Order: sequence, then C-alpha cells, then structure tokens
Amino acid sequence: MATEVILPKVDMDMETGKITQWFVKDGDTVSVGDVIFEIETDKAAMEVDSPASGIIRDIIGKEGEDTPIGVPVAWIFAEGEDYISQVGGASSASSSSDAAVPEVAEEAVPQSADNPVLDEPSGSVSVKGVRATPLARRMAREHGVDLASVTGSGPKGRIRKRDVLAALEAKPAAVTAEPASAEAAPVAPAARDMAAVDARTRSLFEPDSFEEVAHDNMRRTIAERLQESKQTVPHFYVSVEVELDALLALRKQMNAESDAFKISVNDMMIKAWALALRDVPDANVSWTQTHTLKHKHVDVGVAVSIPGGLITPIVRSAETKSLSVISAEMKDLAARAKERKLKPAEYNGGTTAISNMGMMGVSSFAAIVNPPHSTILAVAAAQERIVPKNGEASIVTMMTVTLSVDHRTVDGALCAEVLNAFKRYVERPMLMVI
Amino acid sequence: MTQEARELSYAIAIREAMGLAMEADPTVFLMGEDVGVYGGAFQVSGDLIDRFGPERVIETPIAELGGAGLCVGAAMNGMKPIFEIQFSDFATLALDQIVNQAAKARFMLGGEVSVPLVVRMPAGSGTGAAAQHSQSLEAWFAHVPGLKVVQPSTPYEAKGMLLAALEDPDPVMVFEHKLLYKMVGEVPEGYYTVPLDKAKVVREGKDLTIVASSIMVHKALEAAEKLTEEGLDIEVIDLRIARPMDKQTIIESVKKTSRLMCVHEAVKTLGIGAEISAMICESEAFDYLDAPIVRLGGTENPIPYNPELEKASVPQVPGIIEAARDLAKGVR
Repeated sequence: MATEVILPKVDMDMETGKITQWFVKDGDTVSVGDVIFEIETDKAAMEVDSPASGIIRDIIGKEGEDTPIGVPVAWIFAEGEDYISQVGGASSASSSSDAAVPEVAEEAVPQSADNPVLDEPSGSVSVKGVRATPLARRMAREHGVDLASVTGSGPKGRIRKRDVLAALEAKPAAVTAEPASAEAAPVAPAARDMAAVDARTRSLFEPDSFEEVAHDNMRRTIAERLQESKQTVPHFYVSVEVELDALLALRKQMNAESDAFKISVNDMMIKAWALALRDVPDANVSWTQTHTLKHKHVDVGVAVSIPGGLITPIVRSAETKSLSVISAEMKDLAARAKERKLKPAEYNGGTTAISNMGMMGVSSFAAIVNPPHSTILAVAAAQERIVPKNGEASIVTMMTVTLSVDHRTVDGALCAEVLNAFKRYVERPMLMVI
Repeated sequence: MTQEARELSYAIAIREAMGLAMEADPTVFLMGEDVGVYGGAFQVSGDLIDRFGPERVIETPIAELGGAGLCVGAAMNGMKPIFEIQFSDFATLALDQIVNQAAKARFMLGGEVSVPLVVRMPAGSGTGAAAQHSQSLEAWFAHVPGLKVVQPSTPYEAKGMLLAALEDPDPVMVFEHKLLYKMVGEVPEGYYTVPLDKAKVVREGKDLTIVASSIMVHKALEAAEKLTEEGLDIEVIDLRIARPMDKQTIIESVKKTSRLMCVHEAVKTLGIGAEISAMICESEAFDYLDAPIVRLGGTENPIPYNPELEKASVPQVPGIIEAARDLAKGVR
C-alpha cells in the first residue's frame, strides 16, 4: 500500500492549510524526514517532512489552494511497489464477511485504473470544491458557513452535519439567526445577506476605481478572531499616563554596560506588565463558560506587525525572566514572525497581550482583547510634556497606556489596581530588576 | 364489523382472504396449476376446492400463458379472477398477457374496459429450489405502468392486501414470499383491506432509515433490534407496494434520519432500491442526506442450489447489521 502524504494539523484551531510550495515533483525519490512541501497555516509557514521513503506520486495537493487538513495530498510508493494510481475512485469497500451484501461503492472499483482524471480524487479537493454531504451543504448555506473552512470527519474527509454544527459552535458570532428549526428555514439568510452586503459595498464605488485583493489566511483569521472578540467580549477601556524618564535613564545605563544586549523600551514594558499581573493575579485570567481560569504564569503575547497583517508571538512566564532574556527572545520571535516561520506553539495561547505603537508616534489608542486573554495593553508614544511639579513647570517624558479589558472576568477596580502596579514598575524601574 | 385477531399463518391468511372474497362475490374465482385437489404447490388454496367446487377453483394445464389469457379475458368481461402462478419465475411465460394485455387494456380502450385481475405468485429464495424457482422478479412488473405490484410481509398484510387487490379495478401482481408462508401472526377475523398505496413504518427510529420489502422487513427488524445494543435507533419501513410507490413516507423518514439504506432480496443492480435511491435524490429529502445512500440486494448470479451459496446470494441479518452500523456511525 502506498503511504498517504497528509496535510497535517499543526495548529489546534487549524481547519485548512495552503500548500505554498512543493520541494519535490512527481516521480522524485524521497526519504523519511526530507522536507517535501511547505504550508501556510492561519498564522505561519511550516515545512512538512516526508512520512515514508520511496517514490512520490500523484501529487494532487495544489500550490496556493486552501485544502482541508487530514486529506492526502500525495502518495509515496515503496521501492519496488507497483504503482497504482491513487487518484480517483479509490474504493474503501471492504469485503464483508457475509458476502451476500454488495457494498455501496462496488461498481466504482474497476474503472479507477484507466480513468484516473475524470473521477473525483480521493482527497477531499475536487474540481467542484469540498466534499460534503447534501445536508452539510444545506446547513452551511443556511448559516453562512464557508465549507472550505470546515474540517470533515467523514470518510475521505467528507464534511457532515456534525462538522458544520461543530464549526457553528466554534464561532457563535457567525450565527446570526437562530439555528434553523430543521423543518422550515427554506432560505439561507446569512450567506445571502453577506453576498448582498458585498454587492452593495462594491456598488458604492466606480467599477475601475479599486483593486480587489483576495483575503489570505492571515487576513481571514484576523477578521474572524477580532470580529468574534468585539461581538462577544464586553470590552471596557482604562487609560493611565506614566512618566518614563526614570525608565529611559535606567535603560541607557543598562545598555551602556554591555554590548551583549540592547534592551528596548518595549522589552521593559513586557517585563513591567508581566510583574504587574504577577502582583495582581486576579487580572491574569481567562473566561470559560463555567469557570475563570486563573493563570499561574504571565505569558505575554506581543503584537508584531508583519507584511499583510500581524501576529502575536508569546513570551512565556515573562514575570520570571530577566530583561536581557526577554530582549533576546523578542528579537528572535520578531525576526521569525516576519518570515512567517513561527511554530504554532509560539503564538497560540498566552494570558495577556501588549500592542505597542509608540514607535509610530500615536498619542493613544485602544486595542481589541484577543481571547483567551482578558486584557491587552496598548502602549502609545513617549512625548515630552510640561507638567507642574512642586509649583514649577517641569519637562517630563510621558506616555499614555490604555488597557482593554474583558469585563466578564476583570472589573474596573481590579483594572485600576493592575494599571497602578504597572505604573509603579515603569516609574520606579529599579523594582523590575530587583 | 368487529374483528377479533387470531394467530394465523401467512398461507392460511391468504386462503381466508380468497374464501371471504369468493363467499361475498360470485364473480371471484381461483385458477392455477394444482390449486384444486392438491391444494396448491405451497398448500395455499387448501380446501377451497371442497368449499367452492371445481367451477370456481379451476385447475389448469401447465400452460401459464393460456391461463393468464383466459383470466384477462374473464376480467374484461366482468369476472374477478385470482390467477396463481406456481412459482413467480414462471410469470415469464405469461408476460405477454400480463404486460401487453392486462396492463394496457384500460389505456388502449378509452377507459371503457378494466382488467380486475389478481395474480398471486410464490417468490424468493431459501427453499433450495435453485435458479429457476427462486427469483424475485417484482421489479420487472413494477416497471410497467398499468400494473400494481405488492409484496405482503406478514399474515395481516397478506390477507388485507389480497382483499384490497380484489377490490381494485386494475391488475395487481401479488408477490408472496415462500419462506413467509409458515410465518404466524395476528390476523383479524372477517373482511378488511390494507390500502395499496401506503408503505408502513414498522419501527420508529432516528439514526437511519431502512426501507425493506417482503421477507427483508423481518431481517431488517432483527438487525435494528440487535443494533439497539450499540445505541443505534433505526427506523424500518415496510415498502409493501413497489408500484405505486409511497414516496412520501420514505421522504419524511429520510428527512428525519438523514440516512437511507434499501434492502431487498431481488438483484441489487437496476432494482427497486435503485429507484428509491434516485427518487430520494430527486426529492426535497436530498438536502437532508448526511451520508451516501446504501443499497443491499441480491448478488450478480442466478440463485445457486447449494444452500450456503443460496444464503450468500441474498442479504442476511449479519450483513444488514454491518452495513447499517457503518452507515449510521458514519464509516461510509
């Protein structure tokens, strides 16, 4: 039996992947562990190794197309194994022990060898798109679910009712109408409405006055996540102004000590925020329907802008790490984020986040909480301001930070408490290094 | 008319229906090979010869086409013949009278003539009677507009459907399964009919619909019962009538369960299961299907004489269980 090369699930919530590049071609000899193709997941690019040694054939996974995970994209034939096309009508009909009972796919068997192209491939990619049951298609239509983003649990990756239900459950925000009462509901409100909205949007502009850019996975993920957050997480926002002069002075002093590191203001923000959450652990939490998860460590997701979007690699247990360690980690994570080479484990999860637009000169902004986080700290630019001190005007470097909070888990007073803890670390930065 | 149910065999229930009809209506008569003193090849007519005499229980020579032609002519002239063909396989000999005459007369004669003929035939395998005496040919006749084709699955249906067939103004082909003749079941006394346009949900369930006919109804029920141990809740429909098919009952069931399996003894290819499957795909139930439709039927061979091979040639309970389990659990 030829070994199937499967589009792997490399990320918890990954449903489809896009093969960006094959490194081998039909008929090449491959060994276990050879890198054979690269995929782009929702967030990152990943190289996939060969699962077997032999000759790779029937490469049906196409570059640049969204493919549901778990489906075969090619097959590897062992040395000396007879090549039998795996594309088309490959029947899984088992011979039942009670031979009286012909199987459903029986007639499909003989034609596979001489008619490999016209049959639907046995992977779930076909010319007509995804493999789904009529019921799944109808439900997807009625609820505005994009079947391309649903993972099929049926044979050959076929999408069934339960998969659409799972997809609906996973993103309740997408369900605008009540779940169709199975009987009636002849129309598909969501999907049709969306198409109508799109058409109306286009109609507002002259036909040649814009260029159309198709969404890639990252754009789609950003849109889905943030829309869901804004629609389901009750946000509130609290701002505080902090003085930076002491922190800037300490930074200068530290960086003068050695060429081995170059601590950035952002590194110090990560550390200060992690320590603040360590001190106020009730704010370092995640909401679930039945429980609040109180995290024992502060894992800080740091928003990194990259071409085409953004990603938030995570500095784990940041409250335990020294500034030089945080700094070195951030450099590495940011560099690999830009190349889209982060592993899912490096950007999934986290207990809080920081978005820093200080280097872009903004005076203040509010970010959107990225569940399962309960908080995200928006850091604006440092600005010199004239501030009255002891009856005299003095020039102070100030910065506005705005905390966006999930009110389901964190209340106003708690929010003020953790922000004040942050302010204390920033304004008395020696506390960070003690 | 109060009807007390008793336990009767399928064969006796049919005999009772014929007796009731002949008592009530002097135009009803029975004709066939060995239906007289021998009591019928499967002892269905029994003592009718003693009760109604040789003028109404008429023996024919071994000449199916002649007997059928005589019955069609009698029917056109106001009689209500019951024509017994000793094995349904031999209906092939009477095809011209049934298909080209009985089925067509009403349509070709401006509706002025009808053919209230009932043809009774023992059908199916399981008796070791080999290839020429074991077939299930109901689909052949169900393909012909103008005929009705029924397959009673219990003594209750056997009596009620035969009486309904005798009331019907058009030719009705009754396929009686040989292995069911000895089956005992509740049968009301007196006259009643089972309508010839309704399938029957014989077991309600929500995970899968099995549409079965004739003896396969019982095999499907046994399989469904067994699968309750695995938590599966299977609906079984007795098709009862192959033509005109009761589409609505099947459609409603499939809309409820989202899964369909057809089980019949006749050869699977181009069989009634194919018709049901296509009918569902053309109906509103298509959009409720959550798995491919599965058909179980006879294998691609004449029924063998060897008893093991004979069994292996038609669906059996273990095979139905396996296929139903796979379908309901989503392996297919």
